[in-house]
Amino acid sequence: MALRKRSMGVVAVLAASVVGLAACGQSSGGSGDAIELTITQNAIAGGKNAAGADFIANWVIPKFEAAQKAKGKDVKVKFVPSGVDDEQYKTKLSLDLKSGKGADVMDIDSIWAGEFAEAGYLKPLPDLVGAEADSWDGWAQIPEAVQGMAMYNGKKYALPVGTDGRVLYFNKTLFQKAGLPADWQPTSWQEILDAGTKLKSSGVPVPIQINAGTAMGEATSMQGVLPLLVGAGGEVQQNGKWTGASQPLKDALGLYQKIYGGGLGDPKLQQEAKGRDKSFQQFAEGKIGILLEGDYFWRSVINPAEGVAKMADRDQSVGYAMIPAMEPGKGIKGQDFVSMSGGSLRAVNPNSEHPKEAFELATFTLSPEALKEETKDGNVRITPRTDVNKDILAGEPLMTFISEKVLPVTAFRPPVAVYPQVSVALQEATAAVVSGTAPDQAAADYQKKLEGIVGGAGNIAS
Amino acid sequence: MAQATSPPEVVRESGQARRYNSDAAGLGRLRAGAFAAPALLLIAVFLVFPALWVLYLGLTNYRLTGIAAAEPQFVGLDNLISAVSDPTFWSSTWLTVQFVLGSAVIGQVGLGFAIAWLLRDRQGPLKRLVEGLVILAWILPSAIVSFLWVALLDRDGGTLNALLSTPQFAPLLDHPMLSIIVFNTWRGTAFSMMLYGAALGNVPPSHLESARLAGASGWQQLRDVVFPHIRGHILTNLLLISLWTFNDFTPFLLTAGGPDGQSEVLAVHVYKVALQGGELGYGAAVSTIILLINLVVAVFYLRLLRSKK
Repeated sequence: MALRKRSMGVVAVLAASVVGLAACGQSSGGSGDAIELTITQNAIAGGKNAAGADFIANWVIPKFEAAQKAKGKDVKVKFVPSGVDDEQYKTKLSLDLKSGKGADVMDIDSIWAGEFAEAGYLKPLPDLVGAEADSWDGWAQIPEAVQGMAMYNGKKYALPVGTDGRVLYFNKTLFQKAGLPADWQPTSWQEILDAGTKLKSSGVPVPIQINAGTAMGEATSMQGVLPLLVGAGGEVQQNGKWTGASQPLKDALGLYQKIYGGGLGDPKLQQEAKGRDKSFQQFAEGKIGILLEGDYFWRSVINPAEGVAKMADRDQSVGYAMIPAMEPGKGIKGQDFVSMSGGSLRAVNPNSEHPKEAFELATFTLSPEALKEETKDGNVRITPRTDVNKDILAGEPLMTFISEKVLPVTAFRPPVAVYPQVSVALQEATAAVVSGTAPDQAAADYQKKLEGIVGGAGNIAS
Repeated sequence: MAQATSPPEVVRESGQARRYNSDAAGLGRLRAGAFAAPALLLIAVFLVFPALWVLYLGLTNYRLTGIAAAEPQFVGLDNLISAVSDPTFWSSTWLTVQFVLGSAVIGQVGLGFAIAWLLRDRQGPLKRLVEGLVILAWILPSAIVSFLWVALLDRDGGTLNALLSTPQFAPLLDHPMLSIIVFNTWRGTAFSMMLYGAALGNVPPSHLESARLAGASGWQQLRDVVFPHIRGHILTNLLLISLWTFNDFTPFLLTAGGPDGQSEVLAVHVYKVALQGGELGYGAAVSTIILLINLVVAVFYLRLLRSKK
C-alpha cells in the first residue's frame, strides 16, 4: 500500500510538471472585445527617424482610435519602435514573420517585397483584406512607378509610403575656403575629383565620402556603387540578364580607387561598424566636403530640429547637386545626370488576427490629412500621393529639386528576390577596392560570386 | 560542477557493492526512471531535438527569405562541401583558433592563475579589491561592457586615444583580433581566477613547506608540488573556457566581424551567413562542423583527464 502511494506521488509530480510546461506555452489572450493592433517601423523617439515615431505615437494612434470609436469599434493601437541598421531590422522582421508573429502593420524596404512574397511572409493585399485593397481611393493618386515598388509578379503586396532620390551634398563653407562655387554642379566624375583635390589642399580632412564596403550594407549600394554604375551606363540587371565584370562596373570601381586610393576619402571610415553614422556626424561637423546621400539625409540626419546629426545652419551652408554621369551623355539612356530611387512599403502582416482593421490603419496613415500632418514643420518628404505632394513640396527647395530634377532621371533596383544577395556581392567588390584590390580584379571576383548567386553564367550578360 | 572539477574516481569494487551503490535511494529502476524522465524529456526537447534539426537543416537549401524559405529543397552534402571549400570558412576557423588560444588558453588561464597564485596567501583589502574588479568584469552584461570598450578603443574621441594623445589610432580596425583577444581575456579571467584560487587552497601546505625546506625554487614548487595537485582543475578549466570561447559571440559587439572579415570568428560567421545573409541551410551546415569541432576538443580534454598517472 505504501508502495502504491509512493508511485501515485511520482505520477502526480509528473502530471504537475507537464501541466506547468503546458501553461508556459500558453499566451495571454486578448482582454474583452477590444481589437489590439500593433504597428512597427524602423523609427524610435529620440533616435532614428524620430519624427516618424513621434508622428505615429502622437497623431496616428489617438486619431485612428478616435475614428474607430466613432464607428463603434474599440481599437487599441500600439507602436513598436526600432532604431537599428536596416539589415538588422530586416532580420528581425523575417524572423517575426517566419514564426507566425510580428506587428500587424509593418514598414519594409520596397526591395524586400520580392523575397518576402516568395517566402510566403507577405500575401497579396486582395487575398488578405478583400475588395477594399483595390478600392482604396489612394491608388488613383499614386504614380505608376511608385505603385510598381509595392507590386510583385503583378500583384499588390503592400501600400507604397513614398519615394526618394539621391544627390551630392556639399558643404558651402568648405567650398568657399577651397575657392569652389556655392552653386556647384559637376557634369562629370572628373569634376568631382577636381573639387576633391581642391578641398584637400585647402585642409578638409575628408574631401569626398561615397559609401563603400559591407559594413554600411545597402547604403553602399544605393548611395554608392549603383548611382556610379548607372552613371557609367550600366545597370545591375538589364533585360533579365545580370551584369558581370562589365566596363561600367570597372569604371565605377575605378572611381572608388581614385577617391580612396588617392587620399580624397577616408578608407577606414568604410570599414568601421558604425561608419555611416560617423559619416553623418563628420559632415555635420564640417569635416566632409562632398557626400552622396538620399533626401533622407536632409530630412532626418542634418535636420536642424529633428536630425540625428543636427546642423543648425543646414539651409545656409549645405548645397546639393545632381549626380553627374561619368561624362555628359554617358549615363544610362544617354543621360547627363543620374540617381537611384527606392522607398518604403507599409505592409499588412498575414499573421494578423484583424487584417481588415490593420489595412484600415495602414490606409489611414496614408490619407491626405495624415500625410500633411506628418510632413509639416520642415519634415517634408516625397509622399506617394501626387495630390499631397503638390501642396507640400512647394515650400521646400531640396524636395522640389528632387521631385522636379532628380526623379525624372532616376532608376530603380531590380524587384527580384535575389537582388539583396547581388547587392552584398557588389558591396564586397567596393570593399576590396577600398582596401587596395585593383578594380578589374574586384570586378572579376564579383562576376564569380554573381554566377553562384543567380544560378550560373547563363544568367549573366557577356 | 563539483564532480567535473575533481577527477572522477572510478570505483571498481565487487558486484554486490556496485549494485548497492547504483540504487542508493532504494527506488528501483522504474521509479528512478520516472523521476529522471522530466529532466530527460527537457533535454530531448531543448537539446537533442534542436541538434538533430540543425543536422537536417544543414542538408537543405533553407533560407530566411525568398522561395527557399517556403519550399526548401534537399541538397545533400552540398552545404558542407561548399563550406569546406570556402576560404572565408577556413579563415574564420583559423581566427577562432587564434581567439581561443590567445584569449582563453594563454590569456584567461595565464592571468587567472597568476592572480590566484599571487593572492593565495594574502588577506585584506588588496585581495578583495583585485578579486572584486576581476569579478566585476565578468558579471557585467555583455552589451554594456562592449559599449564601454568601443568607447575606449574608438578612433574618433576614444578614451585610449585621449589618454595616449594618439589621435586617429584605430585598434578595432588595425588590430581587430588583438582587440577582441585582450577584451575577452579581461572579460573572462574571473572564472579561471576563482577556480584556481579554490584549487590552490587544496594544495596541502605541508607539501609546499617540505619542498621549501628541501630548497626548491618558486618554479620548482609550482611544477612539482602545485601542478600535480591541481592537474584535474587545470584540464577541466581549459575544457570549459575553450568551449565557451570557441562559441562566444561577444566579439561581434566590438567589431561586428570587421573590418572585411578580419575578426569574423566562427560564431560571428554563422550569424552573418545564416541571419544577415539569410542562408539558414548553409549556416546550419557550418554549425554542424562547429559541433564536431567542439566534440573533438571535449573528447581530447576528457581523455587527458582520464589518463591519470
